[in-house]
Amino acid sequence: MAKYIVKRIGLAIVTIWVVATLTFFLMNFVPGGPFLSEKAVSPKAMAALEEKYGLDKPLWEQYVTYMTDALHGDFGASLKQRGRTVMSIITSKFPVSARVGGLAVLAAFCIGVPLGCFSAMNRGKALDSFIIVVATFGIAVPSFVVGTVLMYVFSVRLGWVSSLGLKNWTNYILPVTALAFYPTAYITRLMRSSMLDVLGQDYMRTARAKGLNQIISLFKHALRNAILPVVTYMGPLLAYTVTGSFIVEKIFTIPGLGGEFIGSISNRDYTVIMGTTIFLASLIVLMNVVVDIAYKLIDPRIKLK
Amino acid sequence: MKDNPNPLSFQSRLNPDDFFPASSEEKESLVIMRESVGFWRDGMRRFRKNKIAMVSLVIVILIMIFSFIVPIFYPYTYEQQVKGSNNLAPMTYSEEEQARIDAGESVFPHILGTDKLGRDYAIRVMMGSRISLIVGLVAAFIILVIGSVFGSVAAFFGGWVDLIMMRLVDIIYTVPDVLLIVLLSFALKAPLETLSMQPGFGWIRTLGPNLISIFIVFALLYWVGMARMVRGQILALKESEYVTAARALGASSARIIRKHLLTNCIGTLIVMTTLQIPSSIFTESFLSFLGLGVAVPMPSLGSLASEALNGINTYPYLLFIPAGLISLIILSFNLLGDGLRDAFDPKMKN
Repeated sequence: MAKYIVKRIGLAIVTIWVVATLTFFLMNFVPGGPFLSEKAVSPKAMAALEEKYGLDKPLWEQYVTYMTDALHGDFGASLKQRGRTVMSIITSKFPVSARVGGLAVLAAFCIGVPLGCFSAMNRGKALDSFIIVVATFGIAVPSFVVGTVLMYVFSVRLGWVSSLGLKNWTNYILPVTALAFYPTAYITRLMRSSMLDVLGQDYMRTARAKGLNQIISLFKHALRNAILPVVTYMGPLLAYTVTGSFIVEKIFTIPGLGGEFIGSISNRDYTVIMGTTIFLASLIVLMNVVVDIAYKLIDPRIKLK
Repeated sequence: MKDNPNPLSFQSRLNPDDFFPASSEEKESLVIMRESVGFWRDGMRRFRKNKIAMVSLVIVILIMIFSFIVPIFYPYTYEQQVKGSNNLAPMTYSEEEQARIDAGESVFPHILGTDKLGRDYAIRVMMGSRISLIVGLVAAFIILVIGSVFGSVAAFFGGWVDLIMMRLVDIIYTVPDVLLIVLLSFALKAPLETLSMQPGFGWIRTLGPNLISIFIVFALLYWVGMARMVRGQILALKESEYVTAARALGASSARIIRKHLLTNCIGTLIVMTTLQIPSSIFTESFLSFLGLGVAVPMPSLGSLASEALNGINTYPYLLFIPAGLISLIILSFNLLGDGLRDAFDPKMKN
């Protein structure tokens, strides 16, 4: 077990390093610099600015300096937003994205799993077919379609909720629904097929034959085995909610980290690009590691190598 | 049977006529097996019985006709700005066009209206689905080639080659794709634009640098799922006797992979490629919606939806048409892929 965890964490660190390195050289590959778009800066001032932020040094040296600083937890100051460090930008923007994303994942899990179970247990009945059809449609609709349609219907037409910003709890309803739509449909399908698999197993027949209470056998035997594929999906799902939130944040004008990331790229705000990329990448990679380890812990059939 | 003169004899009394070779008619009457059905015919038979898959195939073909053939004959082009006919509702005419109709000229109707620059929306939607389909098909092809070559080489050679190659796959698999896509499309845009200025690289301009950077992104990141799948299949297949036989006959590794191993997992390859198409279209529409997709004035379904977002209060149909169409395309490719899997995946036979 320990060996497996060490191996997974090692791979995670390599991945984060690869992403950070790629990002560093990619963003310097993009023509234009952080100070170009501002109103005509004299060459002298430009040189001074570049010197201040160390942008005049060779790329390799910049890379080494940045990586050493980052390893010490110093992500530098934003080049564009004067007086703000990258850390303060992340700590102010991330909770917004995390709340919306976390709620969406929670909603998807709490709706998808029961729906999938229910559908599997009523296999072939009208309600089952209905759920399958809805779920099949659900995985075909991109999040920007769901988001824009929700916004049009509920805030433009009906005027029930305001579509801009996150002032009170009602503002969360639409973005969370838009984000949760796809994963709910996906989890429902996943849960249904794995539940059908489990219900056909011999031990389920044994449980029924020995007269075990239906509900106990469902929760103790069926659900515990059937939920495994859903657990594996939770890692990528968390990654998806971070990425899907780029779109949802744009539609609902939520001041989250996704918008910050896109904005920093078009502004060539190098330190913010690096900071948000490393932060989001570490988050996603670590989520995957945690889920993988949790998966091995839940399923005794999987031998740890 | 002839009478034997000696009733006590135990000699078997056989008729020599019974031992003549059977005539071909007699042989035929003994054949009760049904005629052998090949892999393709068997799969196609099962596929044709699947109503949902057939319906989605028809929808896919219809959409292809509308996006590739109809625009050739369509009286408007996607970048043509019809003067004075901005923001027309579906099936209406501008004053100028109405005057021409009154004068007895025939004017082709704007079936889906026009956008704020006076461009016919129907042709823009058709061109948009053309772009989306091209992205889906080309990206799926790129992924098929890279994924199957990588996966089969890793599995076939095994050992440390496999180990290193699959670690690389593991790393790419955990890389947060959208972060890199966004970065890459920003980073590749400018170099591709400068490259397109060079002689001999003019084709980049016609395709649009953004479209090419999308393809590069797919080629870099999305083949890993395919590679894992192919590796799994080849690992099992390479132990087969026909591989040993081919090796004994002196076939090279490349030939064995190409002729024997990959052809034997063609069912999986087809299914994976078909299911890759909708997910590529999904990603392209996502990028276009963020403004990182195809370059203006070229439309894609994602960028059409994104542009329509600003006028959602007054012209909601401009949003709903591309949004609905992209969902329909993804849905029908998904169902088509599921149908193909049911028909061609040997594991799904029962």
